[in-house]
Amino acid sequence: MTLASPAPPRPGPLATSFEPVPGRPRHVPPAGPGKGHGPTVIPGYRLSLGITIAWVSLLVLLPLAALAARPWEHGAGWLWHSLTQERALAALRLSFGTAFLAASLCTVAGLLLAWTIARVRPAGWRLLDAIIDLPFALPTAVAGITLATLYGRHGWVGAPLAGAGIKVAYTQAGIMIALVFVGLPFVVRSTLPVLNDLPHELEEAAQTLGARPGQIALRVLLPAILPALVTGFGLAFARGVGEYGSVIFIAGNRPLVSEIAPLLIVIRLQQFDYAGAAAIGLVMLLGAALILVALSLVRALLPAMAGARQPL
Amino acid sequence: MSLRIRATRWLLGSAAWIVAILLLVLPLVSLFGEALRHGLGAALATLDDPDALSAIELSLLVVAICVPVNTVCGIFAAYLLTKYEFSGRGVILVLIELPLSVSPVVAGLVWVLLFGGRGWFGPMLTHNHVQITFALPGILLATLFVTFPFVVRTVMPVLDARGREGEEAATMLGAGFWDIFLRVTLPGIGWALLSGVLLCAARALGEFGAVSVVSGHIPGVTETVPLRIETLYNDYQGVAAFTLAALLALASGLAVGLRGMLEWQHRATGAPRGNAA
Repeated sequence: MTLASPAPPRPGPLATSFEPVPGRPRHVPPAGPGKGHGPTVIPGYRLSLGITIAWVSLLVLLPLAALAARPWEHGAGWLWHSLTQERALAALRLSFGTAFLAASLCTVAGLLLAWTIARVRPAGWRLLDAIIDLPFALPTAVAGITLATLYGRHGWVGAPLAGAGIKVAYTQAGIMIALVFVGLPFVVRSTLPVLNDLPHELEEAAQTLGARPGQIALRVLLPAILPALVTGFGLAFARGVGEYGSVIFIAGNRPLVSEIAPLLIVIRLQQFDYAGAAAIGLVMLLGAALILVALSLVRALLPAMAGARQPL
Repeated sequence: MSLRIRATRWLLGSAAWIVAILLLVLPLVSLFGEALRHGLGAALATLDDPDALSAIELSLLVVAICVPVNTVCGIFAAYLLTKYEFSGRGVILVLIELPLSVSPVVAGLVWVLLFGGRGWFGPMLTHNHVQITFALPGILLATLFVTFPFVVRTVMPVLDARGREGEEAATMLGAGFWDIFLRVTLPGIGWALLSGVLLCAARALGEFGAVSVVSGHIPGVTETVPLRIETLYNDYQGVAAFTLAALLALASGLAVGLRGMLEWQHRATGAPRGNAA
């Protein structure tokens, strides 16, 4: 099936027939390790390499260089002072802390949803499956004003809660709700395919051998989906740390209390403190990278751990 | 035993639906409820606002520029990364993934650090009367950064699964690069490409954080639709803000929904999937 696709620009005249071009210089790159494809003869190496390098350098490498270099422009001592200000520490703690808690909540709720969709197949499970992607489709600012209104003092959920003496919007609980909203699909989307691919025979075998449903769930299904669950948790966590649009409307944004790190970046930029803004940005980037590296380590260790605990 | 299992299944099913409705469906209903609070007429009347219209125009312009750039470059990058082996391939892969784990605010910040008033190139730009931040170029750069990985990441798995045999055979038969690229490589990735383009367009349309940092929020000039929504919301113009928000959600939902249908169709026929979410 061929769908209409935008044609790329053509720098040269397009040959209308397949003519041998003996003089065309062909780059034969060395065979890389591992893949075992051997050297390739396909033309276009230099062109695609040139375009890719220009694209990546201009749009990613150059900006990252600025982000990595600018925090240091007043010296390391200044940088340390800028990052350890009470306000900066509070913002970073809030962003990383609420993102961690929200990702944990997402993992529990996401596991329930994925498990139910894959194994219980309740009425309307296809619709349920489609609904999960809603936060992916909703632009962050739209999610932000909607959640702030819904959980606000006069909102459908906020008003009854306020009657019970619970304040959600403009507190840390509000931030948590926004982060759970944006993070939930990550957990379901990484767990559900694994659950769907897991053969039913596994559970039937366990059942035949006398395992109770709880045992099957804990000792057969959970180990199999644990790596996917860890991936989902990590994606939700990393997303939550940097989240801005869906949070600032519901957060209240009080310094030291409900001011998230991305907002502090914006505030420092408005005060023309470029180095201070870049410092927080760099810490957030390194934090997100650390989360992803740590999780891939955990994933690499998991099979060994699971295998040691239960010889299946 | 069987009764207990059935009860458990029923409980799980209900719990899943309650979580989904409370957490996901209720906000969506509330979004349209707020927009239509005073009826459809009142909602549509708020669109008769020159600043809102110019915001829609600007957002469409941003999509029209950013999506083709990232699509064309993304296809070339996917081609490079799947058809050739070379040292440094891993570095390029990491750099392509990076924008996904960066906060939107940082995605805007980096351009201010480069081109803002006190940026590396700021004084030079001011001297030559070129404005990048607080103007269209800054908005474009910020959007290009956040939509950077989508097309490459959807197209790469498909190109990888197709292998190199087609291109190699064409080369042996004497075809040049453009013949191979346009007649062998491109026809095979049609649906994945469309899926990546849709994701890219939805994100470009809805991006808030990155654009908000570089745009300067000048009504009628540098306000995209999400920024206009923020301005209206902070001005207590609830119906106007939610109407524009509902419109944006519909456009973005259409793109994401269409992509979901494409994926579903190709999963059913056993074609390899792109994982771009």
